[in-house]
Amino acid sequence: MNEFGFPILTLMLAVPTLAAAACLFLSANGARWLALIATLVELALGILLWVNYDIGGAQWQFVENLGGFGPFAWALGIDGIALMLIVLSVFLMPICILASWEAIDKRVPEYMAAFLFMETLMLGVFMAQDLFLFYVFFEAGLIPMYLIIGIWGGANRIYASYKFFLYTLLGSVLMLIAMLWMVFTAGTTSIPALMAYDFPVSAQTWLWLAFFASFAVKLPMWPVHTWLPDAHVQAPTAGSVILAGVLLKLGGYGFVRFSLPMFPEASAEYFWLVMGLSMVAIVYTSLVALVQQDMKKLIAYSSVAHMAFVTFGLFAFNRQGIEGGLVVMLSHGIVSGALFLCVGVIYDRLHTREISAYGGLSNNMPAYALLFLLFTMASVGLPGTSGFVGEFLAMMGVYQANSWVGFVAVTGIILGAAYMLYLYRRVAYGSAPNEEVARLPDLTKREITMLAPLAAVVLWMGVYPESFMAPMRDDVTRLLERIERATPMSDAQVTEGKGVMPQAHAAPAHGEGGAH
Amino acid sequence: MNIQLIVFLPLLAAAIAGLGNRAIGNTAAKAITTGALFVSCALSWPVFLGFLSGGLQEQVVTVLPWLRSGDLVVDWSLRVDTLTAVMLIVVTTVSSLVHLYSWGYMAEDDSQPRFFAYLSLFTFAMLMLVTADNLIQMFFGWEGVGLASYLLIGFWYQKPSANAAAIKAFVVNRVGDFGFSLGIFGTFLIFGTVSIPEILAAAPGMTGSTIGFLGTRFDTMTVLCLLLFVGAMGKSAQLGLHTWLPDAMEGPTPVSALIHAATMVTAGVFMVCRLSPMFETSDTALTVVTFVGAATALFAATVGTVQNDIKRVIAYSTCSQLGYMFFAAGVGAYGAAMFHLFTHAFFKALLFLGAGSVIHAMHHEQDMRFYGGLRKSIPLTYWAMMAGTLAITGVGVIGVFGFAGFYSKDAIIEGAFAAGTTAGGIAFFVGVFAALLTSFYSWRLVFLTFFGKPRWAASEHIQHALHGDHHDHPSDEDAGHDPHGHEAPAHAIKEGTGGHHPHESPWPMLVPLIVLTIGAIFAGFVFHGPFLEPGEGTAFWAGSIAFDEHLMHAIHEVPLWVKLSPAAVMILGFLIAFAAYIRDTSIPDRFVGQFGVLYKFLLNKWYFDELYNLLFVRPAFWFGRLFWKKGDEATIDRFGPNGVAAVAVAGNRLFTRLQSGYLYSYAFVMLIGLAAATTWVMAR
Repeated sequence: MNEFGFPILTLMLAVPTLAAAACLFLSANGARWLALIATLVELALGILLWVNYDIGGAQWQFVENLGGFGPFAWALGIDGIALMLIVLSVFLMPICILASWEAIDKRVPEYMAAFLFMETLMLGVFMAQDLFLFYVFFEAGLIPMYLIIGIWGGANRIYASYKFFLYTLLGSVLMLIAMLWMVFTAGTTSIPALMAYDFPVSAQTWLWLAFFASFAVKLPMWPVHTWLPDAHVQAPTAGSVILAGVLLKLGGYGFVRFSLPMFPEASAEYFWLVMGLSMVAIVYTSLVALVQQDMKKLIAYSSVAHMAFVTFGLFAFNRQGIEGGLVVMLSHGIVSGALFLCVGVIYDRLHTREISAYGGLSNNMPAYALLFLLFTMASVGLPGTSGFVGEFLAMMGVYQANSWVGFVAVTGIILGAAYMLYLYRRVAYGSAPNEEVARLPDLTKREITMLAPLAAVVLWMGVYPESFMAPMRDDVTRLLERIERATPMSDAQVTEGKGVMPQAHAAPAHGEGGAH
Repeated sequence: MNIQLIVFLPLLAAAIAGLGNRAIGNTAAKAITTGALFVSCALSWPVFLGFLSGGLQEQVVTVLPWLRSGDLVVDWSLRVDTLTAVMLIVVTTVSSLVHLYSWGYMAEDDSQPRFFAYLSLFTFAMLMLVTADNLIQMFFGWEGVGLASYLLIGFWYQKPSANAAAIKAFVVNRVGDFGFSLGIFGTFLIFGTVSIPEILAAAPGMTGSTIGFLGTRFDTMTVLCLLLFVGAMGKSAQLGLHTWLPDAMEGPTPVSALIHAATMVTAGVFMVCRLSPMFETSDTALTVVTFVGAATALFAATVGTVQNDIKRVIAYSTCSQLGYMFFAAGVGAYGAAMFHLFTHAFFKALLFLGAGSVIHAMHHEQDMRFYGGLRKSIPLTYWAMMAGTLAITGVGVIGVFGFAGFYSKDAIIEGAFAAGTTAGGIAFFVGVFAALLTSFYSWRLVFLTFFGKPRWAASEHIQHALHGDHHDHPSDEDAGHDPHGHEAPAHAIKEGTGGHHPHESPWPMLVPLIVLTIGAIFAGFVFHGPFLEPGEGTAFWAGSIAFDEHLMHAIHEVPLWVKLSPAAVMILGFLIAFAAYIRDTSIPDRFVGQFGVLYKFLLNKWYFDELYNLLFVRPAFWFGRLFWKKGDEATIDRFGPNGVAAVAVAGNRLFTRLQSGYLYSYAFVMLIGLAAATTWVMAR
């Protein structure tokens, strides 16, 4: 079976499912407590996975396979990349339950059930080793999110969830068609098998595009990002945290799990498509973020900009880029989640997200101002915080791939600083616009319990990222071996000069083939 | 060596004071941070003296692994060599004195723990910068000091001008860091490492090679050095990226002394010196460094001559002196650049802290037009400022004795001449002319502040203070944005004390002034041998910078007129200032009347802020709104989701139903898909 002698992955899927079902039969308070306990159990199981994950061991660990039901197979297993995303998900979940503790007061059992069920589905995405199982989790995971936005959301929630739905629909239909074709051609639904299967280059082109349609929406990339600001603005705080923290990562995970290893040639062929969209995104959405008056919208736009670092990194075709992109995914999950919580904290007090309604919070909410500052700095990628590690590696990687792209990517650090510090100044500095704001109370114990662990992880990942990068290293190596044959030519190659060349740069950054 | 203690004690103190904040109280927070800094300082001097005597060798202490990504191996590590040791004593000495000074200066502030925590945090980041063994840790310190600078400039966050200045400082520095980052990426691409010693060892091997950058092929080392230099320009406020430094005067004056004079702003010079073997591989890069440095020295000095805010004069002076350091590095006189950094730290910190003492005595009035005649009221401050002025203007007699700047600035000017290059020649003349301006604006400051008749009565700050509305909180410092208006000509300001009796500052503020006065007087005389002299210098620097023995030798061989020209312009500048501000105080007004356009151009700092506002700030907001309203809403949404909805509503009832019941439809579509998949696969 696996290292534990019991199916831990299935257990991790079962616990929230059963708790979700049980929630429906409980009182509001009972549901809150059950949800908290269930998510804490999940966190404990996630840590158990992390501790027992054998770095340098088999590619797929904790594997379970109950065999097929028709085209399906209950096949679960994780590699290091999935492991870290699972750990991220189970870490954010109890925090989300705490964030909803007082903010949600209608239909609490249903809300908790939706959240717990969403946890099952998200974890399922990262655990699935069967293509159709993955598809079910991947698509169904959005249903609880629609409900959370549509039922517990703000005034304009219907429009927001409609947009969310419409964007997602197109992508998933195309992806399903591509999946069917792949299964038909390769004769297997096993993801590990498909990752090693060489699809004909001509077919890769349209398969890649079909998957891209789905992942680009989820990530989201420019110009299919406009659902995200609306969804965030309308979602309750915890919904935003999970949306930004985990659901946006499904797109990036898709690129790493499907697009790159299954269609390396097509990935290289569409290098400029990905880079072009990412370059537009980083400048365009950063500037849009600069002029926002709604805090959540601002952070939502900043998410789009940060996700561009993910695509820059992943499609850089070298180690620094891919590892950087993966770390950006983890770090953004923590940091944007924390920023949305910070917005939620003051929204709960004043019931507005208008930036101009706030000011001078450093006076009356010093603990809040300090934590908000830390997350702001992490968002702008200050070294020593988690934001730096990923962004820096991703930019370093993409610069090696192409200096133009690197050049544009790095402008992100200037624009990012501008819009985040402008936000922070308007909220925390200056003076309060009225007496009510000047008297807002500082963080409660519950809020500190939510934010302090996030702050600790931001610093941990910034100072000693090895804990997070080591489990993913071998998987990146395997991915690099897989895509090496397609690696596009860099424009930044050095020619020999008068001096003596030092030993050539040994990273597998420069493959032999230029496929674009 | 206790390098870990030296570096991490300030961090620990910052954490205790910052997190403990109100719980531990003002005195505890101040005592812990100041105590930690004095311990750091006490541990740093033996390190420096060890290198001075040759008893210590360079060493690297690894603390913790940081980044591992393929070939990229980065540790948290502390490098100590001569260059680091010099910076260690500069940073810890000035920082500990500034901590002490702040006991007096910030005594009335109600968030003192926060202030002291920021100061200590800054010191930690600066120490990480100077002990960096790799470019990425240097970048950590680089951005860390930027954060501390941001926090301290905006320390009085109730003031809109302070917040604006803080953001400006951070963002302009980020423009520099844009170049620094690209430089690190390029360096890693070429050398496959970010370890500074490895890069410096491999750099000569890359001369003559070319690299593709933005579609063109350039000389590899030129591209790398210039990209890194953009970072240095940002941090050290060189022409083009200098606009944040004058505004940074919004921060409390001790901050200006520590960060914006003695330490952080010299980080760029430190970086170029640390990487000097790398810069030596590209003549083009060195020429650019020389020209940028010379241009900044000239630009800032011209602007400094007309400013009325005492802190702004010193800020432009700092900017100008940093220009000197850069062109020294550009002509290869790295020893002279570092020596000027070293002496400048003492006398410029002294000038700033002295200015703080004046401001303190004048109820936070910063406009020199409302000073005058202060030498009797605050004699200790006066003498300290005199020592600082003698040091910065470079007073001394060749071969006998000179104040600190005499040795370092003259070495730079002579070094530029001795380099024998065109760029060096230009830098020499620019340097001499800027020295004239330096002498003029420095003496102008002294004369306006300490001599003549008191002009205190017209100061709003003093009136406020005297008329009981206790408006003399330090946060009233309003550098440059003074309500009195720039246009008021000096003769319009009425003379008189207005009943104000300035008092000398308390001892915690005077002791640092006295210590720094000693530094400003003797630092040049005592240390010029090891920093500058051919044989002694080679042994002292021990390879930590590209110390050019021939150039330093050539400095002694320059013609006599070259040697005398700094002294000559220094005297000339003094005489002009004396004539205009002591003998006949109507001269400045007549000058302004005669050359109004030039005066306005200088007073408005060559209109850089206006230009940047027009070129970058406004367009950024304009494009932001354009992309948002016209891009996202009027284009993407209109033809995307809203368009789909419109089409559906107009033409297809089925689709409308799909839209309203989309959730179920979605689940339905997914299930149909899966059913199709099942059927297909099973039928196969």
